[in-house]
Amino acid sequence: MEKVNSAAIKDKFTALYRQYSASICAGMPEPMNRQREAAISLFSERGLPEKGCERYRFTDIMAAFGHTYGYAINPNNETVDSKKAFRCAVPGLDTYTITVANGWIDAANSTIPEGVVATGLADGAQSCPDLFAQHYNRLAAVKDDTTISLNTAFARSGLFLYIPDNVTIDKPIQIVNILSGENPLMVNQRNLIVAGRGSQAKIVFCDHTLSERQFLLNNVTEIVMLDRSQLDCYSIQNLNDHSSQIASVLIEQNTDSQLLANTLTLHGGFVRNNLEVLMNGPHAEANIYGLSLPNGHQHIDNFTYIDHAVPECTSYELYKNVLNGHAVGAFGGYVLVRPNAQKTNAMQSNKNICVSSDSRMYTKPQLEIYADDVKCSHGATVGQLDENALFYMRQRGIGEDEARMMLMSAFAHEVVRTIRIPILADRYAEMIENRLRGKQAACGDCFMKCDKRG
Amino acid sequence: MDTTNIINEVTDSEYKYGFVSDIEHETIGKGLNEDVIRLISSKKEEPEWLLEFRLKAYRHWLTQTMPTWAHLDIPEIDYQDIIYYAAPKQAAKPESTEIDPELKKTFDKLGIPLDEQKALSGVAFDAVMDSVSVKTTYKDALAERGIIFCSFSEAVRNHPDLVRQYLGSVVPPTDNYFAALNSAVFSDGSFCYIPKGVRCPMELSTYFRINAAKTGQFERTLIVCDDDSYVSYLEGCTAPRRDENQLHAAIVEIVVMNNAEVKYSTVQNWYPGDREGRGGIYNFVTKRGLCKGVNAKLSWSQVETGSAITWKYPSTVLLGDGSSSEFYSVAVTNNHQQADTGTKMIHIGRNTHSRIVSKGISAGQSQNSYRGLVKVSANADGARNYSQCDSLLLGDRCGAHTFPYVECANNTAVLEHEATTSKIGEDQIFYCNQRGISTEDAVGLIVNGYAKEVLNTLPMEFAVEAQKLLQVSLEGSVG
Repeated sequence: MEKVNSAAIKDKFTALYRQYSASICAGMPEPMNRQREAAISLFSERGLPEKGCERYRFTDIMAAFGHTYGYAINPNNETVDSKKAFRCAVPGLDTYTITVANGWIDAANSTIPEGVVATGLADGAQSCPDLFAQHYNRLAAVKDDTTISLNTAFARSGLFLYIPDNVTIDKPIQIVNILSGENPLMVNQRNLIVAGRGSQAKIVFCDHTLSERQFLLNNVTEIVMLDRSQLDCYSIQNLNDHSSQIASVLIEQNTDSQLLANTLTLHGGFVRNNLEVLMNGPHAEANIYGLSLPNGHQHIDNFTYIDHAVPECTSYELYKNVLNGHAVGAFGGYVLVRPNAQKTNAMQSNKNICVSSDSRMYTKPQLEIYADDVKCSHGATVGQLDENALFYMRQRGIGEDEARMMLMSAFAHEVVRTIRIPILADRYAEMIENRLRGKQAACGDCFMKCDKRG
Repeated sequence: MDTTNIINEVTDSEYKYGFVSDIEHETIGKGLNEDVIRLISSKKEEPEWLLEFRLKAYRHWLTQTMPTWAHLDIPEIDYQDIIYYAAPKQAAKPESTEIDPELKKTFDKLGIPLDEQKALSGVAFDAVMDSVSVKTTYKDALAERGIIFCSFSEAVRNHPDLVRQYLGSVVPPTDNYFAALNSAVFSDGSFCYIPKGVRCPMELSTYFRINAAKTGQFERTLIVCDDDSYVSYLEGCTAPRRDENQLHAAIVEIVVMNNAEVKYSTVQNWYPGDREGRGGIYNFVTKRGLCKGVNAKLSWSQVETGSAITWKYPSTVLLGDGSSSEFYSVAVTNNHQQADTGTKMIHIGRNTHSRIVSKGISAGQSQNSYRGLVKVSANADGARNYSQCDSLLLGDRCGAHTFPYVECANNTAVLEHEATTSKIGEDQIFYCNQRGISTEDAVGLIVNGYAKEVLNTLPMEFAVEAQKLLQVSLEGSVG
């Protein structure tokens, strides 16, 4: 890819904001608009993070921002039959569905559970003004990543989801994020999710592209988990291979809250996931899993940052990569244990298989520990399929390809089995197998005619 | 005994080597510029090419800024406030065979006998004080086998071709900020050449001592091990107690040819500063070995207990097919010490193997980081690495950090990394107490057991010293 000038990108977005700031702010709530100026100033001062800086050591995000995109400032009226697209991804899954097209909520194609607030950002600020003002951009503002400031400056579209105190949602909520259009498009989607005290929910994010155009998704999702809340967040990333995605998920966990986060990256030309968890109340527990299966010339970078700010919290992390073709995988895992965060338990593991000779893997697990009564560990491996296991299976009459498949599926299974929605776990396993066999990730009746898969 | 008392006791324990010897020094003025470099070069009667080498390095250094990426809080260093050359007066004449009795006394006090008859059998020393090498023992016995072991200045005089061939070939002057500085002003150090097929009959050792005030020490070690040869090399260092910080920026270059093996051991015990963090040595060292030949082997063992700030990453470039390298390290920090240390293993040749075992122990208010890189290039088929880095925390105000980087561009490589951080388990202490072992002894026992894997790799004499050092540094620091 050609080298893109970072100063030019900085100027481009700053100028774009200055030119269109009136239309960007129009109709948006004050808690959002008042954050924009500081965000764009920070961005215009620093620009995007350059490759080689500690957070983006192995990933050059400039190329993704270098193209010319359209911007989804207002909802697109031309609706797609998103239901169909989504149903084909996980058939048989009984969920509440929230469809988001190019960043905007498509209410006609959404079913929202009772007692839950699920709206666009402007409506959210109106229906829950205090909550919105209190939490919007609270976690994001302190982050030292200018892709987030860029989102804060430009964000108009996205989802506000509030699960009130002690509400348990009976079915998973599926948020289907669809990108479509005839022209290259950049989407700065901003989501705010507040899980009330003692609430329980399972959320499935599905990211899809419905056309073979270049998309750039620069998403920021802030999730606040109040005391005793339980949240499962599954994310299936399945964009076309021309697209780029920077997904920043910032989570705050309060006392006794429990988080399960699971990110599956099937496709996407360039994917960078920032998952940052702030342990802000004792006895909080975070279980974080990720699986990526890049091939071709894909570049997938998972960055996680677990901040143990208070004592007696537990975090467990497992990220796996299976790399094929010329794919590049990167993992940066950062665990910070602050001085008073005694009795912390933090485990982190990153395991990778390089299948092809041209694939590359970079891993950087880090521990920074300032408290002594802790148990922290991390591990990282890069390797291949076990020759002995392959030989064992071939002795028993299993063909080599099939044996490799079985081993790779077994490798992926460690992540899949953590999913607490059985039908989704089955579908995951199926999608992974298809993906590894080089088949399309979506099933047969999908109307997408994608030619670049596999 | 409660924790505070024990920690106090440890931090009060004297730095045994903190004395100052009353030796007349010949020094030059403070400051650094091209004239100073020319002066150092002329004092050492160096050939023109070496002066050029220095000046080139200096000019490169001027274009650089001090690196800030390490997890260290380094106060600003005024490079113009340092004396770059200090020589004990008598030793300034390299031909002199008689040693100043005061000098001899100093090294006797440090346990380094300069008289061959009194020396530990089987260890040849090169003793370096401040900017010059004062005495190299057993030179003649080694020369019989064709082994060259002498001070760096002597090597420049007597073996200029060898020095010229290998100097800067592993750590080029442009490598990093401190390497450039060292290449510009390095004063002395050791040179060692083991010819083809020779197994060095004794351990070679360099002992570095800073004595003069307000000076920096910039020594350079160059070891070349030709085909099928073997050498075990030891390095030790101490400095007096002073309230100001002194800079030590050294370079170690090692070249290992076909089927040769080098074992390089360090016990680093520079003055670490006092309880409040006043004084101590800034230890910014670049150490690198090149496994140039097939089946070359390089093994690093280090025990790091001293220095106010340590910035040190002994590394190996595995260029030859089938070459291998090991890195064993125990780094102890106490009081206000800071250490950012680790290793780099660069796999380039086929079937290269490396193993990293790093044990960090932090106490007091110290910060101890492991930083390591394992890099496998696209052609390094069959590369294998195992890394393990453990940290032990003694006290609730210290920090232990791990920053490993793994970069793999070859699908036949197998790389493993694991790290743990914890304090000494109460159950372990309880188990010992139950069996009549005091808490104090139990901690000693556990720490020694924890570090044993590394201490076992040290040559015997060094292992004893290292074990004692560990005891002094940590005895009783119950977390």
